[in-house]
Amino acid sequence: MKSLRNTALGLTLGVAGASMAFAGELTIATVNNGHMIEMQKLTPAFEAANPDITVNWVTLDEGTLRSRVTTDITTKGGQFDIMTIGMYEAPIWGERGWLEPLEFSAEYDADDILPAMRDGLSFDGTLFAAPFYGESSMIMYRKDLLDAAGITLEDNPSWSTIEEAAAAMTDKDAGQYGICLRGKPGWGDNMAFITTMANSFGAQWFNEDWTPALDSPEWNEAVNFYVNLLTTYGPPGSSGNSFNEILALMNEGKCGMWIDATIAASFVTDPGQSQVADTIAFAQSPQQVTTKGANWLWAWSLAIPAGTNQAEDAQKFIEWATSKEYIELVAENNGWGSVPTGTRQSTYDNPSFQEAAVFAEAELKAILSANPEDSTLNPSPYVGVQFAAIPEFQAIGTAVGQQMTAALAGDITVEEALAASQEAADREMRQAGYY
Amino acid sequence: MTDKQLSALKNRVAVTAAWIIALVYFFPLFWMVLTSFKTEAQAIALPPLVFFEPTLDNYFLIQERSGYAAYAWNSVVVSVGGTALSMLIAIPSAYAMAFNPGRWTKDILMWMLSTKMLPAVGVLMPIYIISLRSGFYDTKILLVIIYALINLPIIMLILFNYFREIPKEILEASRMDGTSTYNEITQIVMPLAWGGIASTALLSIVLCWNEAFWSIVLTTTDAATLTALVASYSNPEGLFWAKVSAVSTLACAPIVVFGWLCQKQLVQGLTFGAVK
Repeated sequence: MKSLRNTALGLTLGVAGASMAFAGELTIATVNNGHMIEMQKLTPAFEAANPDITVNWVTLDEGTLRSRVTTDITTKGGQFDIMTIGMYEAPIWGERGWLEPLEFSAEYDADDILPAMRDGLSFDGTLFAAPFYGESSMIMYRKDLLDAAGITLEDNPSWSTIEEAAAAMTDKDAGQYGICLRGKPGWGDNMAFITTMANSFGAQWFNEDWTPALDSPEWNEAVNFYVNLLTTYGPPGSSGNSFNEILALMNEGKCGMWIDATIAASFVTDPGQSQVADTIAFAQSPQQVTTKGANWLWAWSLAIPAGTNQAEDAQKFIEWATSKEYIELVAENNGWGSVPTGTRQSTYDNPSFQEAAVFAEAELKAILSANPEDSTLNPSPYVGVQFAAIPEFQAIGTAVGQQMTAALAGDITVEEALAASQEAADREMRQAGYY
Repeated sequence: MTDKQLSALKNRVAVTAAWIIALVYFFPLFWMVLTSFKTEAQAIALPPLVFFEPTLDNYFLIQERSGYAAYAWNSVVVSVGGTALSMLIAIPSAYAMAFNPGRWTKDILMWMLSTKMLPAVGVLMPIYIISLRSGFYDTKILLVIIYALINLPIIMLILFNYFREIPKEILEASRMDGTSTYNEITQIVMPLAWGGIASTALLSIVLCWNEAFWSIVLTTTDAATLTALVASYSNPEGLFWAKVSAVSTLACAPIVVFGWLCQKQLVQGLTFGAVK
């Protein structure tokens, strides 16, 4: 009996020893942006509170991250214990059982997470990724220039008001452009913006029977408006412009208006990097026939791939990194103006944050008004504002994005671009067996 | 215009053209180093700033965030390791092809070279999955093998051309004295072609050092090289030009210094056989 007990004890210690040798080392794949880098810097605080866990970071650019985590999860590579993913991947991968469901303790206060974010990262009511920072889109504009032109920009102005404002602020001889918008091809680049614009014109990606709707008059009107607006009042080379290029132009004072991610507000109002920081004001995204889907919704989020051996530790890390306490820790270190936003109601309720972030009210309003479940004027079969949350969308969005860029660059007409887009989308959907 | 004047004019034109080409090649490197000492706001300033108050903040930030030394060490190990492995295979192979050519030698060389025309991404998934299943993913050994294989055709071709310059009579004389094949390679061929072997190895180290595709795809934390470190500084939502310039400068510096020190051998290796 004694020897049996000793054997059992030995086995237990052996197993514990073996698991200690492998347990507690988390590998996290992430993107290189300010909030994520801050999380890396503050990770020693988590490791100090959890001495049996060490964290390794793999920082990748956005495109590489997408392909790496997608490859890893589809091949069950097991290279990562936590993945940084977006609102597009979370519900699709959750539905396929590729992600661990997230369940948090009462102290975490999951109800504090903004409903739009929680819904967008869930499938069938189960949360599969926790938002680390979130964003919508809105208008950022030079109030000094508009005041001088005698124009007032209300929330959700019409696109014709935007055109009028752009015309008033454009002085090409002085290198001043009325409006700057994304033109670089990509489903997360130009198509994120163009989709919200098309939504506001009453367009949608797919009809209720999943046939593509890119040949609709609404798409035609929206894309023609986009191309005309940007070629008439936008900076030269707009077809190559994405977030960073326009941020640079905006900070140099070259753009009168910019409609893009709300996260940009913290950069363009930062006197350390913007020459026009004190002249920037905000308004909700423009609309034509509806405000539905006129502003996007996105969250960089942390998720646990199914099959990782470190699910418990990974859950602990995610609970820490997306908690109220983490946000307070960032505030303590860098001030309330630097905290990750767009995730929790309590952040926006905090008076210190309200004081530090001039954009707080506009950002919250934009996020709360975005509804991925109901983002088009007419009924549509998909979830998502600036994308359709189906696996085929990446390929379709990228192909259509290239056509839009070609139209913007003047290589083809808008009609040709939309016809080619409709054909590409139709082919992809047929091959996928939607009809 | 006399012939002498014409010749002097041609010479001046050639020198001017060489300077222009050299400056065109050098300018991006100069601008990268200059930008690395700017703040992010200065890096995007229009018109671009040439004179400004320099800062070392980007370099401190990189060291604080990334630990440059670990990436640099990985680059050294996989570059030298990959080169050593490929030389180990290439020297006896090139020897066999140069001194005992068969009917298909040239075709085999051409076939080997043609593998360089294959887009690397074409074999990405098989190599990725094999490395995962075999447990070699994110190890320096894997990169050493991959780098050796991707550079092998070029190395083989260069060494083949070098070895062919060695008079066969020398080898025949040694065979008369009963030299083994191993001794023939190590004591006759290698000493005679030492300059060529050294310049080929240097070229291979440079190619391995600059390789980015496989190092980004096949590593995470343990074997990531400097090219993977540079790629990690691209930022989808925020300015990064100054930081990425600093990390690129740090990644380029060792190989630029190395190339500078070995430029004579490198030029010899690259131009060998160009003029006969």
